[in-house]
Amino acid sequence: MSVVNRLRRGFYADSVVLMRITRELNKGGVTASLMIGTPSNKALLKASGLLTKAGDAAGPDDLIIAVRGPKAQAALALAEKLLQEGTQTRAAGESFPTLASAIAGLAGANLALISVPGEYAAAEARRALEHGLHVMMFSDNVPLADEVALKDLALERGLLMMGPDCGTALLGGAPIGFANAVSRGDVGIVSASGTGLQEVSTLLARQGKGVSHGIGVGGRDLSEAVGARMTLAALDALEADPATRRIIVISKPPAPAVVKRIVARAGRSRKPVTLCLLGADELAVPRGVSLARTLEQASGKPARGAPPRLAAKGNIRGLFCGGTLCAEAQIVLMDHGLDVSSNVPVPGAAPARAGHLLIDLGADDYTRGRPHPMIEPELRNAYLARALRDKEVGLVLLDFVLGHGAHPDPAGLAAALLKNKSKPVIASVTGTDGDPQVSSRQARILEDAGVVVAASNAQAARFAAAALRGAPGRGRARR
Amino acid sequence: MSRPSSPIASLLARPPRVVNVGLRAFAAELAGRDVAVAHVEWRPPAAGREHAAALLGALARHEARIAQANAEGLRRMLSAEPALVDVLPAGEAMPGLDRHVVLHAGPPIDWPRMCGPMRGAVAGALVFEGWAPDLAAATRLAASGAIDFRPNHALGAVGPMTGITTRSMPVMVVENRAFGNRSYCMINEGLGKVMRFGANDAEVLARIAWLRDEFGPRLGAALRAAGGLDLAPLVARGLAMGDEMHQRNVACSALVLRGLAPHLARAAGGAEPLAQSLAFIAGNEQFFLNVGMAMAKSVMDPVRGIEGCSLVTAMCRNGTDFGIRLSATGDAWFTAPVEMPQGLYFAGYGERDANPDMGDSAIMETVGLGAFAMAASPAVMGFVGAGRASDALAFTRAMGELTVGANPRWTIPALDARGVPAGIDARKVVDTGIQPAINTGIAHRRPGVGQVGAGVARAPLACFDQALAALVRALGSRP
Repeated sequence: MSVVNRLRRGFYADSVVLMRITRELNKGGVTASLMIGTPSNKALLKASGLLTKAGDAAGPDDLIIAVRGPKAQAALALAEKLLQEGTQTRAAGESFPTLASAIAGLAGANLALISVPGEYAAAEARRALEHGLHVMMFSDNVPLADEVALKDLALERGLLMMGPDCGTALLGGAPIGFANAVSRGDVGIVSASGTGLQEVSTLLARQGKGVSHGIGVGGRDLSEAVGARMTLAALDALEADPATRRIIVISKPPAPAVVKRIVARAGRSRKPVTLCLLGADELAVPRGVSLARTLEQASGKPARGAPPRLAAKGNIRGLFCGGTLCAEAQIVLMDHGLDVSSNVPVPGAAPARAGHLLIDLGADDYTRGRPHPMIEPELRNAYLARALRDKEVGLVLLDFVLGHGAHPDPAGLAAALLKNKSKPVIASVTGTDGDPQVSSRQARILEDAGVVVAASNAQAARFAAAALRGAPGRGRARR
Repeated sequence: MSRPSSPIASLLARPPRVVNVGLRAFAAELAGRDVAVAHVEWRPPAAGREHAAALLGALARHEARIAQANAEGLRRMLSAEPALVDVLPAGEAMPGLDRHVVLHAGPPIDWPRMCGPMRGAVAGALVFEGWAPDLAAATRLAASGAIDFRPNHALGAVGPMTGITTRSMPVMVVENRAFGNRSYCMINEGLGKVMRFGANDAEVLARIAWLRDEFGPRLGAALRAAGGLDLAPLVARGLAMGDEMHQRNVACSALVLRGLAPHLARAAGGAEPLAQSLAFIAGNEQFFLNVGMAMAKSVMDPVRGIEGCSLVTAMCRNGTDFGIRLSATGDAWFTAPVEMPQGLYFAGYGERDANPDMGDSAIMETVGLGAFAMAASPAVMGFVGAGRASDALAFTRAMGELTVGANPRWTIPALDARGVPAGIDARKVVDTGIQPAINTGIAHRRPGVGQVGAGVARAPLACFDQALAALVRALGSRP
């Protein structure tokens, strides 16, 4: 089948814009891809058999529209039309060609939000720090050495370097990136996990509590190499912050040496600190420091409610947009005596294999070259459709993460797939009624589609374990 | 522990003010939540040219040092006090400008690679100096290897178009009184059939002889009597009167005439010589260009040789190559093939008649005038082809992305009295991929036809890439 490449010279657009257009084109029965002609993008296109000689001539300032299929010409015309529309939407506020001119143009600028491709992110962050701006870096695929160097530079200048791979923060009452509408309160959160911060802050909101600040530090901050550089700085900041009375630290399992440092620092805090280091071994902690095994526990009370009367046979398939929610669910299921596997296994879980399998669809392997499933649930829904057909799968476990920046109606998209489902589906909704998607409305859509909606991600996992127990001959609880 | 006044404490004290680099959706979200945001229209550094981006990365390690050096460079530019003080025979003004030495515009070039107009001017100059009896003999002499061709810049001079300067030609002397250095430029011969466009017949040589024997000495005497003519304030007035000093010099030429008229009257030695002198200046709206070029050279020369300084101290072209110099690397040239100017042609001429870009006059843009001051001169904008007055503002703003500062003495009324962009940072050129623009006349490719149009030429990025590579080598691994 013939492949057509069309070039737009001197054209640049956000890759998310291009990917949305790509999705529209693919609906029309062609295989399409819109990419800026950088060497790495051209290699990707070539690997998918979508690069022609014309496309190969593109430079890094050019856009390649690549289409394969019988209706290629119609798809090209549609692409041009969507590009026209897509690039006309302009953000409020002024636009500048460079970081330096933007800083000069916005009086009192103090935070750079960086979401450029990973290979370029460190250079932009360095510039921002050198101009005295704090940095929140949404970009991922940033080399570890760059992260360490940037965090050292930030510390030297008394600045926050949030990220890389930091999508969520609540600063001075403003939600930045993927955050939920939660009220202000006295709980300060330091989080190496964006969805972890979202889950804890929304569970707090449901208990009528609020957040002073939520400082994201990036997923690798508690690794051996980064050594919790920003977590410790954020703890300092929250301890000094007059609006904060207690502090929660959230992370996936940190390196053991780093755990010691965090525990010691928490022990010195004048404010009570809860450590939620998902999947970490039991620890001895000093007075004033408490441990939480799950995000739910970190937020305070466990969600109440008896498990629904469900009976499921076969395996649990968890399909998660939130990596930390995937980790939390693994822990809960293991605590119920189940053997689980995952593409991002917590300690004690196995690497992905047959059986109970929990997949983090936001992991790098799934997001390279396409938007995160929180923004664009298309990929997760493809896995959902497959899981619903899969005879080995007896129960599906889902998360729905709402808030600013997330897809406007993830529940609606999933519900469309759930007609005539033949197995239980259990979900949780991370969000509040102040969010653009309105949490209770999303839950109602899922319930109307026959989904059991739990009050927290941990409770959803507990419900799943209970449903397996409800089935004859399966699931003996370890405790 | 953060002090109350620390940057982190002030970040947390109120909603942040955000510079958004990357996904436009984030800026829109923030603006929708009433968070102050400036969006950066981000493009890959060096427009995705990987080699150039790597150079920027290497220089990033020396950021503090380069910034300091550039600040010193800008300080020197802004504290210049250039004055037109005298007219002297070139050989007297410039030691080393001996018999058989011919100065030319642009970076070094030898006879075989010279373009037509430059060869024509060389032949004319050799006859003018009496080193060859006629043009044919002059051409043989030039090709024989007996002539020492050197750039004007090598001896402290500049020259428009072919820029051919030999020892007995009269040069105007500009002294930068703040630093004591002097720069030189031949008197502008007028329009039409002139040596700077490669013309070389008896009429052309007779005019230069008149400049040497009559006009030059009178102008020199007038300048000495006047105690020199301060040029920085004169240029400031010219900007307010619609000149950008490269393509349009109507106002500045008139201001010079007005300032020198009484002194010329005393020095001319009679009504007829005075009338001839006044008529000569009044008859040439580009009279000031050569004064301005010597001025710009005198302003940029003290910026040369600052260790670690990435400011451009000269841009010029010889009709074959474009060349630049960087402060930190002193007298080294970084060259690339010159580009064709884009512009409008006089009736009866077109692109096929045009000679590639030529002349030392890009020193005007180097100092922040010409295309960099386009916003001061909407009339020029129309002439160079872009049309609307608002485009002129955009032009100056775009060039402002390339400089480290603005010149508060040379302000542009249409930009709310903002100064012209000052101090081209080669790093910014490479980073943004914005090629410095140069307002230029277009010469006919055949010697002696003269100017056939006017337009905008662009400095090739390759020159700046090479300059950065040399800067990386010069800085070495020193911290």
